[in-house]
Amino acid sequence: MEVSREVMKIPDDFDSEIALHMYKTAVTIRKFETKVYEIFNLNFIPGTMHLYRGEEAIATGVCANLTDTDYITSTHRGHGHCIAKGADIKKMMAELFGRRNGYCKGKGGSMHIADFTIGMLGANGVVGGGIPIATGAALSCKLKAQMEGLNRMNVCACFFGDGASNQGANFHEALNMAAIWDLPAIFVLENNLYAMGTAIKRTCKLENLSDKAKAYGMPGITVDGNDVVAVYLETRDAVERARHGEGPSLLECKTYRHYGHSKYDPAKYRPEEEKDEWVNNRDPITRFTQQLVEFGIDEGELTNIDAQVDSEIDDAVEFAKAGEMPKPENLLEDLYTEGT
Amino acid sequence: MAEERIITYRDALNEALREEMRRDPTIILLGEDIGKYWNGAFKVTGGLADEFGEERVRDTPISENAIVGCGVGLALTGFRPVCEIMFGDLITLAMDQIVNQAAKSRFMFGGQSSVPLIVRTPFGAGGSYAGHHSSSYEAWFMHVPGLRIAVPSTPYDAKGLLKTALRMKDPVMFFEQKFLYNSKGHVPEEEYTVPFGKADVKRQGDDVTIVATSKMVLTALEAAQALEKDGISVEVVDPRTLNPLDEDTIVKSVQKTSRLVVVHESADRGGISGEIIKVAIKGAFYYLDAPPVTVAGKNCHLAFAPVLEQFGSPSVNDIIDAVKGIV
Repeated sequence: MEVSREVMKIPDDFDSEIALHMYKTAVTIRKFETKVYEIFNLNFIPGTMHLYRGEEAIATGVCANLTDTDYITSTHRGHGHCIAKGADIKKMMAELFGRRNGYCKGKGGSMHIADFTIGMLGANGVVGGGIPIATGAALSCKLKAQMEGLNRMNVCACFFGDGASNQGANFHEALNMAAIWDLPAIFVLENNLYAMGTAIKRTCKLENLSDKAKAYGMPGITVDGNDVVAVYLETRDAVERARHGEGPSLLECKTYRHYGHSKYDPAKYRPEEEKDEWVNNRDPITRFTQQLVEFGIDEGELTNIDAQVDSEIDDAVEFAKAGEMPKPENLLEDLYTEGT
Repeated sequence: MAEERIITYRDALNEALREEMRRDPTIILLGEDIGKYWNGAFKVTGGLADEFGEERVRDTPISENAIVGCGVGLALTGFRPVCEIMFGDLITLAMDQIVNQAAKSRFMFGGQSSVPLIVRTPFGAGGSYAGHHSSSYEAWFMHVPGLRIAVPSTPYDAKGLLKTALRMKDPVMFFEQKFLYNSKGHVPEEEYTVPFGKADVKRQGDDVTIVATSKMVLTALEAAQALEKDGISVEVVDPRTLNPLDEDTIVKSVQKTSRLVVVHESADRGGISGEIIKVAIKGAFYYLDAPPVTVAGKNCHLAFAPVLEQFGSPSVNDIIDAVKGIV
């Protein structure tokens, strides 16, 4: 499919509470990433960063279908997944600052944020590295349901990019395994058209990467990944199938990142007109705002959410700045659960 | 005293899995051909699918990376997976999940999680299996912080260490020399475990310490017996686990004998002997009467023709020569 400028209309019977929750999520991701981008240069944040700005609709629409007992696995571009799954942006920001009050006490940074209390099994620095782990988490959901005699399972949503879908050991093995065992997994392929600087057209002959699902005998769907509503509704179907033992799905979400691959990438390999089209005509936040207004949400309500998120982001930065720096010897902690 | 119960190394491992699976419903086995149709390439999982069902003893596709990766996902979410990699050489196909995921998760996440995962693998030379089915790669994992490593040499240790591994919270690499599976030894009927990080002195001696691992413990004991006839008293120390490594027992033995030979099957260069000799030098430098030596695999791959394969791995005579060279 070609992603057009058209977006989905929010169905009349859509739960407005979910709609507003998704708006807050998407805006929080947008403002979090924008803030992080701005403060890069203030030397608070070591290392590099892969920002999710532009792709907010996917994490938002997918995770709005999940609860705290469902799992997700994430990628090197994981801030959006964390926020959408319900992570605390204060502890996220502190982790980016490398502080003791961050999620990983400064040991993981941007690429390894995790929150096991809400089923966020970790961002992952290895492209595709989280996919087999998601298969294992989905097997865990299935086995737990069996042990407890439940018909309805928790699920695992697995985020990864177009580049990862070319990975043999991680993508192929894990999707095949999830399919043969009918595991409750939703494989969310975020196709932002580029793996670092290499266009997906140069590394895969398929127009729609969801066609890869055929190889595993699972449903494969391509959706406009810049349309929160479309992502939410397609994921809802996939999650329902997964919860009821009907196995995994592959959901390709076509999208575009607003920034370069990482901190210092100006992304000159992307044509200006392409970038302009995606950033200015298909921006997921702008579109979702319009969708919500057409649905009948009061614009003032959205503005209030914006202001609330601004203040939460400011609080997160203050929390991070106030955080204690790790001591050198903290390095040697947390390696083993038992012993040294 | 009760009569000794003699069983094979294979059955000892099978008992460990069976007993712990009865005790702990979260133990899940994953691997190629480990279920009821084949019972494991080396039959270690024989009968387990019959007793515990195919949900807990899972035949997988030939997907080493996903076997371990699926194990990591299970381990992070409350289960205790045991992944079998059919041959130690094929562990290369699962290295990312072992090194980058299993070993690093807890650390990278600041201690939020544990990864109670076991990777079991038959390894080592002896059957003319050639280059892709004979290697010994345990040294690689000694270099990776976060992994525990077991290299049992006897049925007693195999069972006791596997039972301990099945109760630990961190990832364990469990190396089984495939030509030990039929070896026999005493394994008590009653419950016991063997701790990680505690070496076993398999033979007491005064003149030379041999530190040997896995099947090389048996080879070293044979050499020690032959050397006794020549009036050389050899102590054989079996570390049993490489991480944690029982440095204390190694150092004390070398302080007593003043001479050290390290024996392992894997290639000499960059092998575990370097680490063991480092421990001995740090702890017993002034006690040494001769430079420590190694008897290890050649710095070469294992080969097919029996004469070539045998030349590649340490023999009883190699050990005898090495000992005589420093006494």
